[in-house]
Amino acid sequence: MRHLLSTTELSREAAIELLDISEDMAAVADRENKKLPALRGKTVVNLFFEDSTRTRISFEAAAKRLSADVINFSAKGSSVSKGESLKDTAQTLSAMGADAVVIRHGASGAPAVLAASGWIDAGIINAGDGTHEHPTQALLDAFTMRRRIHGAGSRGKGLDGVSVTIVGDIVHSRVARSNVWLLKTLGAHVRLVAPATLLPVAVDSWPVTIDYDLDHALAESTPDVIMMLRIQQERMNDAFFPNPREYANVWGLSTARWAKLPATSLVMHPGPMNRGLEISSAAADSPQSTVLEQVANGVSVRMATLYTVLTSTREVSA
Amino acid sequence: MSTSSYLIRGATIGAGATTDILTHGNVITAMGSGLDAAGAVVIDAQGLVALPGLVDLHTHLREPGYEQSETVLTGTQAAAIGGFTAVFAMANTNPVADTAGVVEQVLALGEAAGYATVRPIGAVTQGLDGQRLAELGAMATSRAQVRVFSDDGKCVSDPLLMRRALEYVKSFDGVIAQHAQEPRLTENAQMNEGEVSARLGLTGWPAVAEESIIARDVLLAEHVKSRLHICHLSTAGSVEVIRWAKARGINVTAEVTPHHLLLDEERAETYDSRFKVNPPLRRREDVLALREALADGTIDIVATDHAPHPSESKECEWGAAAFGMVGLESALSVVQETMVETGLLNWDDVARVLSITPARIGSLSTHGQPLTVGAPAHITLVDPNTRQTFSRQRLAGRSLNSPFLGLELPGRVMATLHQGYATVLDGILIESDIVAAHAEAVRRG
Amino acid sequence: MTARVIMQTPDIHRVLTRIAHEILESNRGPDNLVLLGIPTRGVTLAHRLSSILETIVPGAVIPVGALDVTMYRDDLWKNPTRMSSPTEVPVSIDAATVILVDDVLYSGRTVRAALDAMADLGRPQIVRLAVLVDRGHRELPIRADFVGKNLPSAHDERINVRLTELDGEDVVTIDQAVSS
Repeated sequence: MRHLLSTTELSREAAIELLDISEDMAAVADRENKKLPALRGKTVVNLFFEDSTRTRISFEAAAKRLSADVINFSAKGSSVSKGESLKDTAQTLSAMGADAVVIRHGASGAPAVLAASGWIDAGIINAGDGTHEHPTQALLDAFTMRRRIHGAGSRGKGLDGVSVTIVGDIVHSRVARSNVWLLKTLGAHVRLVAPATLLPVAVDSWPVTIDYDLDHALAESTPDVIMMLRIQQERMNDAFFPNPREYANVWGLSTARWAKLPATSLVMHPGPMNRGLEISSAAADSPQSTVLEQVANGVSVRMATLYTVLTSTREVSA
Repeated sequence: MSTSSYLIRGATIGAGATTDILTHGNVITAMGSGLDAAGAVVIDAQGLVALPGLVDLHTHLREPGYEQSETVLTGTQAAAIGGFTAVFAMANTNPVADTAGVVEQVLALGEAAGYATVRPIGAVTQGLDGQRLAELGAMATSRAQVRVFSDDGKCVSDPLLMRRALEYVKSFDGVIAQHAQEPRLTENAQMNEGEVSARLGLTGWPAVAEESIIARDVLLAEHVKSRLHICHLSTAGSVEVIRWAKARGINVTAEVTPHHLLLDEERAETYDSRFKVNPPLRRREDVLALREALADGTIDIVATDHAPHPSESKECEWGAAAFGMVGLESALSVVQETMVETGLLNWDDVARVLSITPARIGSLSTHGQPLTVGAPAHITLVDPNTRQTFSRQRLAGRSLNSPFLGLELPGRVMATLHQGYATVLDGILIESDIVAAHAEAVRRG
Repeated sequence: MTARVIMQTPDIHRVLTRIAHEILESNRGPDNLVLLGIPTRGVTLAHRLSSILETIVPGAVIPVGALDVTMYRDDLWKNPTRMSSPTEVPVSIDAATVILVDDVLYSGRTVRAALDAMADLGRPQIVRLAVLVDRGHRELPIRADFVGKNLPSAHDERINVRLTELDGEDVVTIDQAVSS
């Protein structure tokens, strides 16, 4: 795996192998000495054009546990923010000898442009690009589901037959996109629930079931996993929904809706949460909630990703 | 410089007969076989198709203001190499072509360069801001004799302003060329809205944003009995609206670009911003509908929307990249690939959609006349039997943002005669000082 | 390619039994012993050694673990990524006598990686190395304490260890690579 740009690129075998390596990485986290020497001498650059402290420190912890050197490059707010600057920045990082670039960018496709550009010969890891994808988030979500469902026997398994309901702002969500493709690859059944304004117009071409009504969706089938997406309050200014109260009433995982779920249904959220809007505190803090596990698992999955990208054989250029 | 004379030997006129063509000065003086070459430069045109010099109703020459992308000189060089002898220069320059002064400047630059006849298009609204009408009358009566008005790049979205513009240009038989893009429906839009945009996470540009403006404007044109031209139609739905309007007798014409005839939205998959264009590349079914519509006459012409950009505007993430593609150099090859090779058009039809009709829409009487004795000597000779990978060597303008680089395309312009002198011979551009001297000789009569 | 059989079931059992006795001798009994196999075949050999030891010393329990060294290799960049197999160490190795077990000792790089991996898990009192075959060609100052069979070989030869638990048969062969 030369780069990780999108979960559409992952075959079932590759995805399961990444999750299995993540299991090994997770085992290291339980040791007294949490560090592995695998990436000693490698330089990982966290290139963040958008603020995301959570994702950045997760990648930073992952790289450091593998003994890589980490350079954090926050491009936001500096003179470089768009246009030619991506090229200039990439060439600068290349000159500094970056072996992998973890990129977070507001523009969809920026990591793909970087990977195809020839400006830099580093492995590119997409840490969230615009409204496109966030592959490591989907991997950590799948990892979390697999661990909860299969426990110690997770290795080698997919998520066959697992029903996952994703609720919220699908159209703007890179987390939703990466999850839809990866969960499909791993054999899960995905249901998307949102008002039509927050679904892509061509969503009927996706390998998912669609529902506009959360109560209807939950009545029709009990999900093994319900994943609530963060709702951006500014969306209501663009008429995606009338106001937060109506959104919470119709599409939020309220305490009442949560209480009707069986104790085996997992409650997931990629964070940061708007408590009381898309998810109630009772649901977020319940034993079914995996919110904190997701954070811990994020480090393991990102270790596996960095390890896999940085130890892949480089294609010899002709 | 002495008056030029050319003898074109053995050219095929459009889809028809093979003949020699003799030119003297700016006129075709004789046609037939075995013409006497005395004093004339002989061009061997065996196997070549002769077309009336091509006319592009939609070119961005970028001068004044954006000379790093293109100038009148380099843009018309690109035109010549593509077989064009006249181009209509869009108004979105800096300053905007919204006064007699700017359009006369562009006209003069074109005359001095000499590679093609440059007809400025005037802005519909001052500064393209969509608020107040520009000085349409002053531009029409200026030396540039502007007849086509467009805010291209922006839509005249205010319906009342559009109505007034349509009415106002009736006094000098002008035409409003509308860039049909409902602005609210396309805020921050990046590519065609559909399955691909949903997957790539790029903000969608719905077909309805184009179709709703076209529907509104054909109704306005009908109501005020004026003449409307629709720029770069891109959707099957737009074709349906135009077809309905024409059946109803509304005076509307429509254009399609070469890139919309060949490329579809799948090209965005790699986020290669060479394929970012306004209006966006659409679905394959739209591409096929546009070809059908061009074949059956619903769409009247092909126009390039040649939109040069410097490399830094394209070497970046998709969202930050500029919209647009260069197209003058590749237009005829793309039309051959999509329309001639498919049997949808013959070479007479190509002459119609790339020369005769665009000249008529633009009220450019000196161009777009069938090749006959007495007609102006604007002649394009194309070799239809070659097939080559379209490379940077084929680009003659200042910018390299062609979406066709690396594609195999048929046909190549081997010679272009503009008002009786060659701008291209043997597929190679004639040097600018020679062309400029010829142009000056023609001006002095 | 010609394959020559070097060892079969009786040979392997015999040398493992000898190694077991040597371990007991050097350790003065079974106390404090932990066997750590290096995946994949080292783990199988460690299990066999453990049961032989437990037979020799009735009542003794000799713990066996697996020590994955992938992350500690110094040639990760040269070789394509290999799937790492999990490290499982059932008891603390602090102050223990650890016997590292592997099938073939060659350059010594795997053993070096194993020493690093073990250092991250704890601090044994003594570490010894047991291998089924020592084929020579060391690139590091490493030697085995217990060797089943010394097998001088050429660089282009390949030693192939197959074990019943994993491969359905017990056999050690040496392949003579055909010169092209």
